[in-house]
Amino acid sequence: MAKGIKIRAKAKEGVTTVKALISHPMETGGRKDKKTGNTIPAHFIQEVKVSVNGEDALTGHWSGGVSKNPYLSVKVAGANKGDTVTIAWVDNKGGSASGEAKVK
Amino acid sequence: MSMQRRTFLRGTLAGSAVGVAVGAGLLTPQAVLAAWPKNAFEAKSVGDALSALHGSSDAADSGDIKIKAPDIAENGAVVPITVDTSLGSVESISVIAEKNPVPLVASYEMGPSAEGFVSMRIKMGKTSDVVAVVKSNGKLFRAAKEVKVTIGGCGG
Repeated sequence: MAKGIKIRAKAKEGVTTVKALISHPMETGGRKDKKTGNTIPAHFIQEVKVSVNGEDALTGHWSGGVSKNPYLSVKVAGANKGDTVTIAWVDNKGGSASGEAKVK
Repeated sequence: MSMQRRTFLRGTLAGSAVGVAVGAGLLTPQAVLAAWPKNAFEAKSVGDALSALHGSSDAADSGDIKIKAPDIAENGAVVPITVDTSLGSVESISVIAEKNPVPLVASYEMGPSAEGFVSMRIKMGKTSDVVAVVKSNGKLFRAAKEVKVTIGGCGG
């Protein structure tokens, strides 16, 4: 499973727009394998945390209702060019990953 | 006397070892998962999900919450949703797809620096209202938009 996170952060008039693409299967646990008929076990991100320079800006709790390879965009006030935006997630199987990018 | 001193030292060492483990982040995943509002995500209706999340399901309709979503989503597996609100002091934003097997799709806790804006892509099982609930100054506000789904994204 690829664990990449692509992050873009752009500051404009005091507000930084953060856009992120996370690689994750986001299985709801309700889907069935078409060939075997077995239920595919749930595997989805439960918590996403966006922070700027180490300070939490926003925490999201997700269900399996978020699309596969989730896209997330948020806006944060007060961040400047060169600040570090970090996004970290944890899934229901205890897997986790994080990524960071500089504000442009 | 000297025995007591020995025991005391040993106790201190054991205590600091736990402190180091927490500090190094070894115990973070469990702590993080404990915050996931399981009850809210198991709720089968909008009201139940809100009660589990905020302790109340009373949300006033608000024109200050804008939901940007397609009128017709051809593919229910990927429905772009943007919630934008001009309400002040936003504490949380929740996105609910009314007729999904798990109606509560996402709930965001907003820190002081976060603006009232969230954009994401969600799955929708069938045509239903997408409800955005914003908690601002301790009060709940809601807005809804119907999205027609031609191919559901929650089934196999």
